[in-house]
Amino acid sequence: MPDAAQVALNSKAVARTISRMADEILELNAGLDRLVIVGIQRRGVQIADRLADVIRDREGADVPRGALDITLYRDDLQTVGPRPVVGRTQIPVDIDDQVVVIVDDVLFTGRTIRAALDELADFGRPARIMLAVLVDRGGRELPIHADVIGKRIEVGPGGRVDVFVPILDGRDEVVVSGALL
Amino acid sequence: MTILGKDLLGLAGLSREQVTAILDVAEPLRAISERAIKKVPTLRGMTVVNLFFEPSTRTRISFEFAEKRMSADTVNVATAASSVSKGETLVDTARNLEAMRIDMVVIRHPHSGAARFLAERIESNVINAGDGTHEHPTQGLLDLLTLREKLGGLEGKRICIIGDVLHSRVARSNIWGLKAMGAQVAVCGPRSLLPGAIRELGVEVFGRIEAAIEWADALNVLRLQLERMQLGYIPSLREYNRVFGVTRARLERAPRDLVILHPGPMNRGVEIDSDVADGPHSVILEQVTNGVAVRMAVLYLLAGNAPALADAARGTAV
Amino acid sequence: MTTSLLITGGRLVDPSQSLDAVGDLLLVDGKVAAIGGQIAGPDGLQRIEAKGLVVAPGFIDVHVHLREPGREEVETVASGAHAAVAGGFTAVCAMPNTKPVTDNQATVGFVKRQGEAAGFARVYPYGAITVGQMGETLAEFGEMVAAGAVAVSDDGKPVENSHIMRTALEYAQTFGIPVVEHCEVMALAQGGAMHEGTVSARLGLKGIPGEAEEIDVIRCILLAKLTKGHIHLCHLSTKGSVDLVRWGKDQGVNVTAEVCSHHISLTHEAVEGYNTNAKMNPPLRTAEDVAALQQGVRDGTIDLLVTDHAPHHYDEKEREFADAPNGIVGLETALGMNVTWLVERGVLTIAQLVDRMSTRPAKVFHLPGGTLAKGSLADVTLFDPTRQWTVDPARFKSKGRNTPYGGQTLAGQAVCTIVGGRVVHQLDR
Repeated sequence: MPDAAQVALNSKAVARTISRMADEILELNAGLDRLVIVGIQRRGVQIADRLADVIRDREGADVPRGALDITLYRDDLQTVGPRPVVGRTQIPVDIDDQVVVIVDDVLFTGRTIRAALDELADFGRPARIMLAVLVDRGGRELPIHADVIGKRIEVGPGGRVDVFVPILDGRDEVVVSGALL
Repeated sequence: MTILGKDLLGLAGLSREQVTAILDVAEPLRAISERAIKKVPTLRGMTVVNLFFEPSTRTRISFEFAEKRMSADTVNVATAASSVSKGETLVDTARNLEAMRIDMVVIRHPHSGAARFLAERIESNVINAGDGTHEHPTQGLLDLLTLREKLGGLEGKRICIIGDVLHSRVARSNIWGLKAMGAQVAVCGPRSLLPGAIRELGVEVFGRIEAAIEWADALNVLRLQLERMQLGYIPSLREYNRVFGVTRARLERAPRDLVILHPGPMNRGVEIDSDVADGPHSVILEQVTNGVAVRMAVLYLLAGNAPALADAARGTAV
Repeated sequence: MTTSLLITGGRLVDPSQSLDAVGDLLLVDGKVAAIGGQIAGPDGLQRIEAKGLVVAPGFIDVHVHLREPGREEVETVASGAHAAVAGGFTAVCAMPNTKPVTDNQATVGFVKRQGEAAGFARVYPYGAITVGQMGETLAEFGEMVAAGAVAVSDDGKPVENSHIMRTALEYAQTFGIPVVEHCEVMALAQGGAMHEGTVSARLGLKGIPGEAEEIDVIRCILLAKLTKGHIHLCHLSTKGSVDLVRWGKDQGVNVTAEVCSHHISLTHEAVEGYNTNAKMNPPLRTAEDVAALQQGVRDGTIDLLVTDHAPHHYDEKEREFADAPNGIVGLETALGMNVTWLVERGVLTIAQLVDRMSTRPAKVFHLPGGTLAKGSLADVTLFDPTRQWTVDPARFKSKGRNTPYGGQTLAGQAVCTIVGGRVVHQLDR
């Protein structure tokens, strides 16, 4: 029986988590040097923006921000069919020899990240690619892990993790429904 | 089913939502052609046959670019090289191709209805690349994409199609597509080259190009084929240019800057003068660029035939 | 040995004697021996119980294409005549656009003998108006009539040369046969695939304006006026044509006209989807035309109903619209179409329907039949005017399956067809 939805992170908790994630990114990269932050459409882009804002506040300089839409790189066209909406992919700088941080809201099977890695490869050859996610919900189907994790929430296969962001949803929280493991 | 169903046979009957979806997908796809690596893996493993029963360079090349940039494998079959000349019927040709396990057919055919005929008889997706004097939906879509961008939307905008509407599949696709998007559509040309029932298709008719230019936000100038003169529809190309040609002098008297489209190939000095075709208001080359993008969008939106798509797509982060 | 058949308790409908009453009909030796009231036949007489059925003089279709000689894979005289009796027709007139063209006494005689050998409906051949239907030289009307031809026509195309048409109308008077014109101005219709209108504009198909027919209609009426000849106009399809024929008749011109069952039931909307089974010449036209044609049949401006039965091979219709041939089969659906669109909608009474399908065709083409008067041919159709049935082309006796009515439910079906006193078709009930 599915449990009722519950708020896993409220707006304050989300802000704290993003702040810590920004610190971890700076720590892993030893600063701003060569850093490029790329969010995955659509909510990953919002999280990436907030990370970049925090980093700017910490370091006093802007970090290049990009967006990836991985729709055309999915591996489920034959089984699921085309998504009727394709978002924009925007990589603002040459990513050769840069450190690219891919940002997404929830890490689950890893297939989105696989597609994102393929798409990034069409834009250049970064020195390093890192992955930062707000929530890691487990359930990986590919050998992929995140370098920076906001919060781990282990959810069973029937459960859902929804990240709501102000611009798209008018609210700012992470909601979990379904059985927690 | 996908948002477009199995085939794209025409723009008649498509809803505003469907047309908008295609245009919205085409926009981001256009950027792929600007990348260093002009290719996405979306249609990897899919085979598309370009079945052309009529000579066409531009449309075939545009489709081929679109297919290749989406990573589909493509095979071109042209009339001269096919067994059609040996008397094989259209349906046999298609079934033979399908037996070789193809996924999509792009068909250009001199007879109206041929694309639909094929679509009803084979499993593969069928894209109409122009059937007789019926429709040329991807041309219509690229015109819509170009106009939407140049005019900042289509709702309420006034587009006049100039020339041989009677024999034009481009005109029909434009009429349906533009009307679906809420634009006002008019036609202008010699009465002998307009269908008698044209008003019943819901368009305005201008007898003189001067009046059309005064009314319109954009002109879509159709190609005038030489044989129209031989078949007695007009007396001469020279007179056509004098009476219906889109010239700079005429455009200079327009109350507003007009956007000028032409599906190509152009007869310079007949339906359009060179200084207009190459002038600042001409968007003819943008049309060509947009052509690849809308064809990529259509290929993508028709690919995969899984049911219950919407539900599957709505799942949690993948 | 005499053969007798007693049909009892049916509704006898015979416009030739203004008869519409329940009663019996006795057929003896291929002739009507007695009609009306209760007829007491001798014991052991073959009887058909006709309660609830209309008993009418056999239907006559003066416009069919039986494709023999030349296209026997599509239809033969025998298969066409079989289809005819299955649809309630006891006689048909076979158009001469065969291969070779039926433009001489030998071919006319051949068609006639094939009909006799088949033993279904009576088959009356047409002869061509011009040699090879080329529109240049008159065919030998006299010899063809002697061999059995009942009329002349170049159907499939018009006689474009007005001098030839004038001559035909004059020359045919010697033999008392109608000259039957397929009305079309080729220069206006050329390359057209359907009616010129909204649907053709939408589908991008070249249209055929109604005027392509009407101009030839008025030309023929004026030539008949000039020559005092008998012009019969084929398969009229427009309101304008009906108006012109009405004018001609008012002027006392010897003009008669026919309409096909599909032109009084379908409009050009049926072509939507590039349905090749809705492709015919003349094309299906507008609702306004259909209404005018129905009115013309009702008021007698249009004398009679025909099928223009035109079988085609499956492959010929299974192709791009512009390349598909014109025409549909009609012998086995005509009664149902006519009842459904004319009788059930109150355009014609049953008696008027029998008149337009039997009595008038016989009169206009000077054929025996069309009456149940004592002593006339024992050609009789028994039909159920209310029976609902679903068209299944696979069960047609015709070799042709090309019909836009497949799967449709029609009202009215032939139950028993009798030719020369012999039952040649009986519906499994």
